[in-house]
Amino acid sequence: MLYAVLCYSQEATVASWTKAKEEDLMHRLQVVQEKLVADGQLGPHGRLMPTTAATTIRIGRELAVVDGPFAETKEQFLGFYLFDCETFEEVLEAAKQLARERESGALEIRPLLHYTPGRTLA
Amino acid sequence: MNDPAWIDAALAAARPQAVAALLRYFRDLDVAEEAFQDACLRALSRWNENGPPRDPAAWLILVGRNCALDALRRKAKHEVLVPDAAEDEVDPGADETELVERLDTSHFRDDVLRLLFVCAHPSLAPTQQVALALRVVSGLSVKEIASAFLVSESAMEQRITRAKRAVRDAEVPFESPDARERSDRLEAVAAMIYLLFNEGYSASGGEQHVRVSLCDEAVRLARLLLRLFVAEPEIQGLLALLLLQHARAAARVNAAGEAVLLDQQDRGLWDQEAIAEGLALVDKLLRADTIGPYGLQAAIAAVHVRARGPEATDWATIDRLYAALETAQPSPVVTLNHAVAVSKLRGPAEALALIEPLAERLDGYFHFHGVRGALLGQLGRTDDARDAFGRAISLARTPAEAANIRTHLDGLKSS
Repeated sequence: MLYAVLCYSQEATVASWTKAKEEDLMHRLQVVQEKLVADGQLGPHGRLMPTTAATTIRIGRELAVVDGPFAETKEQFLGFYLFDCETFEEVLEAAKQLARERESGALEIRPLLHYTPGRTLA
Repeated sequence: MNDPAWIDAALAAARPQAVAALLRYFRDLDVAEEAFQDACLRALSRWNENGPPRDPAAWLILVGRNCALDALRRKAKHEVLVPDAAEDEVDPGADETELVERLDTSHFRDDVLRLLFVCAHPSLAPTQQVALALRVVSGLSVKEIASAFLVSESAMEQRITRAKRAVRDAEVPFESPDARERSDRLEAVAAMIYLLFNEGYSASGGEQHVRVSLCDEAVRLARLLLRLFVAEPEIQGLLALLLLQHARAAARVNAAGEAVLLDQQDRGLWDQEAIAEGLALVDKLLRADTIGPYGLQAAIAAVHVRARGPEATDWATIDRLYAALETAQPSPVVTLNHAVAVSKLRGPAEALALIEPLAERLDGYFHFHGVRGALLGQLGRTDDARDAFGRAISLARTPAEAANIRTHLDGLKSS
């Protein structure tokens, strides 16, 4: 069975960490992540940029591209895609292709700060 | 979760929102600051025992408000002057969520903006603005701010006290601002944050005594502001600009402490994560048709950063962006920078023609004579170039600036 584990926290607090605190936490996480990859359990993982770098495609009768993150609490997190594109225009067009097949909801585009492929998943 | 660093970060993160809300309640900066301070003291012991609350800012606002009401009540002896809050526990304890719901958080965007605007108030001198923001919004001690600005603690204390008095007299209204007023406030606050960043960027030594770097703090405040006003192009532009400039900090100075110009920097020293985030913001800005002066400057920085090396710089795009910046925010310094792009693209003669009309207005400006000297040198007017460089050296503010011009002078002699 494949499982997604999603990370939540308060962005304002994360943005207030000292460099030392951030490096310490990232290092401790990395140690665990590397162990889990070596154990054969952990696949791709990464850190997203802050929500301020997000763009949202709202799906209605037409697609609306809105600056900023997805903010509704009435909708739930259902799935994700990982794209590798040269430009922002390119990923926006790709995401729109997916959005056009949907009736409702939203797609939030959030660039990754860093990414580790981890174990190749079956 | 027995990590004091977490508590420090949570208090620092909650501070702008909490002090802003307390300012709305009490309409007095000193009372708001003191209330927040009291709440922090309680948080330190309480959070250490029970772990942090789910919404630290709401917890601090509530506890801070109750502490201040208690203090005011004790001072007033009669309860006629303050609202009755006897039913409130000073410490919300485990039942925080219900209490938090009673707090009016709907205005918190404008609360935070008001607090920042109070610090960026037009009646304050730029140095007062930055000092007040570091004290009130960032929570640095007067001693830390004094050492960052290389002044005595008592002088800084006086500067901050005067600034507080000035903004109290200015009476910033507490009603929600209309769209026009909101955008004026955003503009003033953005300028103050940029000033704070530049203060850190050009800091000479004082900074090392401060626990946070002024540049980091400016980035943090820009981020905070953008989280509240996520679609504001100029706030996006400001954060992008700060990130892209800050990303190159480690490469700006060499081991000998000398300034290293962009085209000679070791790109391996650039902070790739900050660059990636800055570029992501610029990408968003360039899609929209509303890009302002900060956004344009960020876009220019993005072109430099995207180039594989200085020789691969896309000068045509930079030329276009500077032309747009000259329209959006005309200034002789912008034209001077534009001229550098023009010289790369269409040669030194055209660039020189662009800056000659600025001679009078920029006569006291180091970079004007530096750029002019370089252009004259390229045109083979060696004597004129030497004069311009001489004038630049006389205007240099740091030994590094003077040393840089001397390198250019040496280049002239050998050619």
